[in-house]
Amino acid sequence: MSIWEYANPKKFIATTTPLIPWVFGATAVCLVVGLVWGFFLTPEADRFGSTVKIIYVHVPSAMMAINAWAMMLVASLVWLIRRHHVSALAAKAAAPIGLTMTLIALWTGAVWGQPMWGTWWAWDPRLTAFLILGLFYLGYIALWEAIPDPDQAADLTSVLCLVGSVFAVLSRYAVNFWNQGLHQGATLSMDAEENISDVYWFPLLFCIAGFVLLFLGLVLMRTGTEIRLRRLRALERQAQRITA
Amino acid sequence: MIPDLGKYAIEVLSAYGVTILLLGGITGLSWQRWRRLKAEVERVERGRDG
Repeated sequence: MSIWEYANPKKFIATTTPLIPWVFGATAVCLVVGLVWGFFLTPEADRFGSTVKIIYVHVPSAMMAINAWAMMLVASLVWLIRRHHVSALAAKAAAPIGLTMTLIALWTGAVWGQPMWGTWWAWDPRLTAFLILGLFYLGYIALWEAIPDPDQAADLTSVLCLVGSVFAVLSRYAVNFWNQGLHQGATLSMDAEENISDVYWFPLLFCIAGFVLLFLGLVLMRTGTEIRLRRLRALERQAQRITA
Repeated sequence: MIPDLGKYAIEVLSAYGVTILLLGGITGLSWQRWRRLKAEVERVERGRDG
């Protein structure tokens, strides 16, 4: 058995379709537990007041905005190297989810920044890199829509994905590269001293798990949709040839 | 029921509101499109085989 078996569209759909309800079920459990715990049962923080509760939507969405691009990068490389259509379609399927995560992170960051920094926005290295990543998402989606030939679209969007990866990395590590700007460093750390307090950490873990599972469920479902759309177009072309 | 969010109530509630709206939106749209395409492919395949 090999992972490349799932590059077969039929096999991919047959394997993933029964999994989707389970993934969404687990998503619902994690999100409900994490958000209810975080919103209702955690105390205010000294520096942040009640705005600390924004962490449960801001951190997981920002994390997934960057990780979605990383997933698209891997899928794009698989397309460029091995020419598996399912991987190109998975990258295409992930882009609107990544854009949604980016918009959530930008909005929640702005409403958190306003009371804490006194401004909705700052041209801070991390924020700027993140905004550019959001624009890359828009460009990526637009490029798929603009090119009628799916293989050519997959080639060009894969190259765009490689270029955009610079900003995905910068969104994550800009604070380390340029020690300036308003945005703090990583919220999560393996070092217990640096990591956030346990009272916020455990509900945040549930929220992160919920966002990861939601992303997974949506990617599986949307990839299945893209495969079916491709199949539908092939059937329509076949029907046209027969009638011609 | 809702905890006392003090002077930051609008900021916190709008963060949660927008998140739920956008996540619910993309999930609903993805599910709707998934069902539509599944039904459409099945219809065309039935027509071709029948």
